[in-house]
Amino acid sequence: MSRRNPTVEATHGRRGLDASATLTGDVRRRRKEARVRGILFGAAATTVLVGAAIVFALVGEAWNFVTQVELSKLWSLGWFPRRDFFDVRTIVLGTVIIAGIAMVVATPLGLGAAIYLSEYASPRARRIFKPIVEVLAGIPSVVLGYFALTWISPNLVQRLFTANTFNMAAAGIGVGVLVTPLVAAVTEDALRAVPVSLREASYGLGARRGETVRKVVLPAAVSGIVASLILGVSRAIGETMVVAMAAGATGGSLLQMNPLEPGQTMTAAMTALAIGSDQVAGSGLAFQSLFFVGLLLFAMTLVLNIIGDRFVRRVREKY
Amino acid sequence: MTAGTANPTRSAVAARLRGHSVKWGESAFQVAALLGLLLSLGVLVALLADIVAGAWSVFITRGADFVSSPISLSGDTAGVVNGIIGSVLLTLVVAVVAIPLGMAAAVYLEEYAQDTRPTRFIQTNVRNLAGVPSIVYGLLGLGVIVRLVTAIGAGGSTNGRNIIAGGLTLAVLVLPIVVITTSEALRAVPAAIREAAYGVGATQWEVTRHQVLPAALPAILTGTVLTLARAFGETAPLLLVGAATGFFTTGGQGLTEQLTGTYTALPVVVYSWSRQPDGAFRDELAPAAILVLLVLLLAANAAAIVVRNRSERKW
Repeated sequence: MSRRNPTVEATHGRRGLDASATLTGDVRRRRKEARVRGILFGAAATTVLVGAAIVFALVGEAWNFVTQVELSKLWSLGWFPRRDFFDVRTIVLGTVIIAGIAMVVATPLGLGAAIYLSEYASPRARRIFKPIVEVLAGIPSVVLGYFALTWISPNLVQRLFTANTFNMAAAGIGVGVLVTPLVAAVTEDALRAVPVSLREASYGLGARRGETVRKVVLPAAVSGIVASLILGVSRAIGETMVVAMAAGATGGSLLQMNPLEPGQTMTAAMTALAIGSDQVAGSGLAFQSLFFVGLLLFAMTLVLNIIGDRFVRRVREKY
Repeated sequence: MTAGTANPTRSAVAARLRGHSVKWGESAFQVAALLGLLLSLGVLVALLADIVAGAWSVFITRGADFVSSPISLSGDTAGVVNGIIGSVLLTLVVAVVAIPLGMAAAVYLEEYAQDTRPTRFIQTNVRNLAGVPSIVYGLLGLGVIVRLVTAIGAGGSTNGRNIIAGGLTLAVLVLPIVVITTSEALRAVPAAIREAAYGVGATQWEVTRHQVLPAALPAILTGTVLTLARAFGETAPLLLVGAATGFFTTGGQGLTEQLTGTYTALPVVVYSWSRQPDGAFRDELAPAAILVLLVLLLAANAAAIVVRNRSERKW
């Protein structure tokens, strides 16, 4: 889209007709053009339909939930949807705790990896390390969930603290590992978008490599770095499997602030509901609450993604 | 340095030039960055070691039998064949639905659309869809797609919570990714190729079909394989559209039964087994299933890289 078709534009002007409408000659060719264009437009329009379907699906049932639930139940003991306790605080707080731990892990790892790959690594080292980081990005979240439960929890969390086997800290670290490649990729793109001339100017003034990175390159790429962290948070709060497997509390949860104890996030609450029983569709408000939580999650990630996207584009516009 | 004692200014200057005063911070920063990279890689190593250590005994004692056995209550005979079949069928549905649709949408956005407000709206929408958490797509599947599948008579014995619904859910999930990767591939094709084709009188579709798409094909293929791999490893949305997590008997062996009956997928099997209280399932069979999953994904990734390297072109 950014690449307009220069030939068509030159002949017909920017607001002009597209080629298919102005072709003279063979009628069959012209019709085919129009038909293909119609089909392609239909495909593009389908993507809008998908967005609309998501909003429609979420809002419909969420509205049923909000209008039918006793409002006091939204602020009560904990999140036990099958017993009509829908304390939203519990799962939002769980989400915030786990996303927070994840970012504590992902920020240094992701930024460090990106800075090293972009600023320090030799081309050869880059060729070796970058694909490995990409492999990490391709590992399914269910695998990291298993790893968080069977390795991170006993070998890291329980070794350092007295913690439950299922705990939010292990889940948070697992999510952090999952988010690291994303943070690294977006940050590295931002760092590499900083023109070489800025670095050369800095060297010319006598700055060392480290000073150049810290005082010239990083400030110049700051919007991209912020974007990577925002997108990382968005990915962390939407992550499901790691939390569902490692954080425990699959049957519901009381308000829990201690990361060494089991806890529940919005996403894990949704999976717990979905697999808890095959009759989710029948059991009153539990089914509707699924969509209410989904809508909340959708809104949160959407806002974060839009903000993150703004920052990404600011980098692109600047250089 | 011999003059150092005699002339303090000179020694100070010499020390400055050798950079003793700042060198510490200098290397500390580099070391910290390197540490970030190495820790990320260390996690990968620990993960693989953890999984291979768990899976080892299963493959030593049972070998290929584990891959070809169906789900079973007994840890000695349980295998992943249902998961593999389910995942392959799901990925086929994704490939048939999402790839042509996503490619067509990308061609429209990159080659045909004028830079108007509706076009920009479609693009923003695609970008935002790509960031929607996968579990929300599960809700879309549960709330809309399952009902749709039932409405068109493909619900079968599972009331629409079957492979068709699961595959469509995953297809919708990866659709924005297909659009974005294809768009990038198309954007990398130089304008000169299009202009040359227009110059000899080709129509827009002829230019796209015979020049632009073939030129972008390697990049599109790579992106496609990675997208399918993503769908192959996805778990959360399938849990919402009814992938079976417990022990179950699959229906008949016919294709219709496979498509409309109870189903599971390889990542769902992993999830299901790691929740079993029986130690053998959690500590040996689950990592073995993970190993099968990772090997399949790695093979797909390697294939994508080979395709890319074979046909990489520089303009």
